[in-house]
Parts: sequence; C-alpha cells; structure tokens
Amino acid sequence: MTARRKSPAKPLKKTLPLLLLAAPGLLYFLINSYFPMFGVFIAFKDVNYAKGIFGSDWIGLKNFTFLFQTSDAWIMTRNTLLYNLVFIALGTVVSILIAILMSELLTKLYSKLFMTGLILPNLISMIVLSLLVFAFLNADSGFVNHSILRPLGLPEINWYSEPKYWPYLLVLIQLWKTAGYGSIVYFASIAGIDKSIYESAKIDGAGKLKQIRMITLPLLKPTVIVLVLMSMGRIFNSDFGLFYQVPMNSGALFSTTQTIDTYVYRALMQLNDIGMSAAAGLYQSVVGFALVLTVNAIVKKVNPENALF
Amino acid sequence: MIQTRGERTFTVFSAAVMLLLTVFAFVPFLLIVIASITDETALVRNGYSFFPEHLSLDAYRYIRSSAYVFVRAYGVSFLVTLLGTAAGLLITSMLAYPMSRSDFKYHNVLAFVVFFTMLFSGGIVPSYIMWTQYFHIKNTLLALILPNLLANGFNVLLVRNYFKNNVPLEIIEAAQIDGASELRTFFRIMLPLSMPVMATVGMFMGLAYWNDWINALYFVSKPQLYGIQNLLMQLMTNIQFLNSGQAGSVLGTATVQLPSTAVRMAMAVLGIVPVLFVLPFMQKYLTRGVVIGAVKG
Repeated sequence: MTARRKSPAKPLKKTLPLLLLAAPGLLYFLINSYFPMFGVFIAFKDVNYAKGIFGSDWIGLKNFTFLFQTSDAWIMTRNTLLYNLVFIALGTVVSILIAILMSELLTKLYSKLFMTGLILPNLISMIVLSLLVFAFLNADSGFVNHSILRPLGLPEINWYSEPKYWPYLLVLIQLWKTAGYGSIVYFASIAGIDKSIYESAKIDGAGKLKQIRMITLPLLKPTVIVLVLMSMGRIFNSDFGLFYQVPMNSGALFSTTQTIDTYVYRALMQLNDIGMSAAAGLYQSVVGFALVLTVNAIVKKVNPENALF
Repeated sequence: MIQTRGERTFTVFSAAVMLLLTVFAFVPFLLIVIASITDETALVRNGYSFFPEHLSLDAYRYIRSSAYVFVRAYGVSFLVTLLGTAAGLLITSMLAYPMSRSDFKYHNVLAFVVFFTMLFSGGIVPSYIMWTQYFHIKNTLLALILPNLLANGFNVLLVRNYFKNNVPLEIIEAAQIDGASELRTFFRIMLPLSMPVMATVGMFMGLAYWNDWINALYFVSKPQLYGIQNLLMQLMTNIQFLNSGQAGSVLGTATVQLPSTAVRMAMAVLGIVPVLFVLPFMQKYLTRGVVIGAVKG
C-alpha cells in the first residue's frame, strides 16, 4: 500500500471525500446490522426491563433448554426446512419451465405481455395476498366452498382450522406469487445464449425438445446452481408474511404453519418472552450462517467459479 | 425466421401454456375486483363469484364517505414510500460509489462490511430492543422508514456492480484531471450515467415501502400512523374477531361502522392500484436489473 503513495498528503485528500460519501451508509449498517449482532447475549439472559438489558441476570443456556424442551422447536424447525426445500425444488423447476416457454414465443410483444401478467402477483403485499386467499377460502362465502364444493355436493371445508391442507395451500400460494418473477433471471440467461448454437443443432436435425435438453438446460446449469445455493443459505429463514398473515395467525394451524420467524414474532410480541424469542432468533442466525459457509465451501471445492465468495 | 412444423407446434404450445398461466395469475385479482363491486347482500347470499347477481358501487361510496381514514392511510403510505425511497437511493448510491472505485484503498473493506450483513444478523430481538429502548422510534413515522432504509445489502452491491461495469474509470479520471472533486464526479457524472440502475433499485425500494406492514406490526400501535397495508390488515383481524365470536372495534374508533366484505375488497383494490402504475416501468427495467443483480460481486 505505502509503496504506491506519491506523497503523504495525497492519499488522504483522495480517500477522505470517498469515505465521507460512504459514511451515512456505513453508519446505517453499523447501527441497523452490527449493533444488534452484539445483542445476541440477550439470548443468555433473564431479561428484566426493571434491571435493564445489561443489568439482567445471566442464566446461561436456560433459554435454549426451555426452547428445545417444547415441541415448538421441533415443529418450527421441521416446517422451516421442509417448506424451503419444496419451495426451492418446485420453484426452480416451474421458473425454468416458464422461462423456456416464454423464450419460445415469437414476438417480443407477447413475451412482454405475459411477463407483465406473471410478475404482478409478486408485486402485491402479503396483506393483499392474504385477502385474495381469504376470498377463495373463507368458510361461509369463500369461492371454493360456495362455488365449487357446494355445487358439486361435496362437504365444505373449514380451511382456516384444518392444518392438513396448509402444506399444499402454502406451496401453491408461494408458487403463484413467486414463480413468474423467479423465471426472469432464467429468461434473461436463455436470451443470452448464442442463437447460432441452436441453428447448427437444427441443421443436425435436433427438434425443439432435444435442443432444450441438449443446449438450453446445460447452459442454464451455472445460473441454477448459483440461485439454488443462494436460497440454500437462507433455508433457515422464511417469509414471515406468508406463514403469519396468509393463514391469518390461526392457532389451529400452527402444526403446519409455524416457522422460526413466526415463532420469534409470537414469542416476542404476543407471549412477551424475550429470552426464548432471542434464543430462537440466535438459533436461526447461527445455523443459517453455518449453512451458508458450509454450502459455499462445498461449492468452492467442486467448482470455484460458482462459489458465492 | 423459418420454422419447421415441429417448431411451429411447440411455439403454439408455449403460447397456449403461457396464456393459461397468465390467466391463472390474473384470476384472483379479478375475483376481488368483482367482489368489490358486488352488492353486499348478493355477496353474503351467493359468496364470492365471478358472475354476481347485482353490481353495486356501495363499497367505493362507503370509502368516500369515511374518506378521512382511508386518505390518511394512503397519505402515510405515500409519504413513507417517497421519503424512504429517496433517502434509501441517496445513501445506497453514495455508499456504492466508493465501493465501485477500484482505485480506492478501502473499496474491498466496504464491500465486506456490506456483504457480511447479508450473511449474519443478530436477529429481530436485539434489533427490536435497540430501536425501541435506545432510539425510541416506537409510534413515530421514523419507525416506518428507518428499519427498512437499506433493507439489505443486496441493493448496495447491485448498484456497485452497475457503477463498476457501466461507467469506465477513465471517465472519472478524465473528469478529475479537469478539476472535478469526488462529490462533483459522483453527482454530475456517476449518477446521470446510472439512471437505469437508479430506476430499478428505486422501484424495488418503493415497492418494499408501499407493501411494508411488518414494521408497523412491530413498532406502531397508533392507528393514525397506519399505512394502507396496516389498515387493511386491521380490517382482516376484525374478520377474525367476528369469526371467533368476539366483536372488535374497527379502526379503533367507535364512529366507524364495521365495513362490509365488499369494502375490504375495494380497499385491497385501492392498495393494488399504485402498484399497477409501476408495472410498465417494472417491465422495462426488471430484466436488466435482475440480471445485473445476479452477477455476483
């Protein structure tokens, strides 16, 4: 570093304005992201507002012991992991399918039109989404009960108190909301593939399906790997809105809708159990962090090009 | 382009499936739009339907008659979106610029500082305690803006990548030889040359603020500070109260009657309308923005 300096005064003159530009953003990350990292000790305390956060008594791993003694810990871990695995697998497959179909449309206008339609679900809030779901599923006047099940003579279903349907519902809802948007990166990758490869395959007599299997899919592989890895790193996180708001915070559904994120919220805001909530949050952060590092290390070993860092 | 018969079949097949999927994506919206203009008694009798017996604009008339609640919520949403997006864009680009300068000594340090926030977090509990106990943002407008300001490091890296890949260092050097300061270079050269990424990231931020309801859930209990999403959410919660047999007061005020189902749907429609205006821009910038973002940094 020092070798490149021309004079001692110059680097500072050059560095200072740039540091000043970066200062507000840095300060923000310091406050919003780094300060709370030091707050993880809350998980090891018996928080008592009267004594203050710092003054509260240390209780070691008790918060964790309590947490893992309940069945909640197992249920929320299982739900978080399984939902994410299904979301990643199905989401990837459906997004790629959409991208391939979209790239086959002849004119740009059509693909633009369809893309606009398919990303709309991704732009609405979870609140609006939960209203949409409610319009379909509510017990008395919902579209499914009222206009499908009843005319068919089938028994009506009380959707918001039957946990067994929610794994399917949540997967369907998540796909509906995200698949169109998810297909954009794949669509862009396909658009970037050299057209002459397809032309020569065509001359060799390869049909459309064969072209997709032999050219498109292999060339999409790096994109797929990067995106799947990125989502693997977040496998311990879940969309709070999807699991809290869409099932309308219904207690009857917790066995299939509780994830770590919704548990942390409920423990903090509804049960007022700060210690347990902090313990669950730390559990999530630490395991998530370890997962990212592990996944990245594995990828780095197999193919350094695809590693995230 | 000449197409073989097989290819033509495939194109037709693709178009058909895409059309089907698009319809599938649209149908739920259609249902609530129709519900919002369905006569309430028809809605109660026949349930939500695509072909209602009686149409009525009562729901929208109701909203107009108790306009102050809705206008206030709309106002909060617009204000928060505007302030949050403007501040967020400014700070994001100011931080991304030094990161993009490979001749800047600390550019990698900055990148790591941002990147690490994407890997590890202290969790919501320490954040919640910090914001409420030390910064006292509870029940203020700041509570709706601050926790989401640079919601994640992703946007910063996205802008950094754009700066780096689309504005050559030579331009910056040339400007500085001509005597431009760093600030001047940033505001007069870098920003004007980077409007596409600013539009993309601004759109992401704007949508995030418009659709946000979680910050209010954690930090706001005053209905006066509710944006459109939280107002909607409160109406939803009241449905639950009704379902569970406990009557709740709506909107925290006794003077407002319990809104009908159609009103809820009309509100949802009004919540989506601003998003529709973003859609054409979304269409224009999205592919580019997402692809820039997918380039790892």
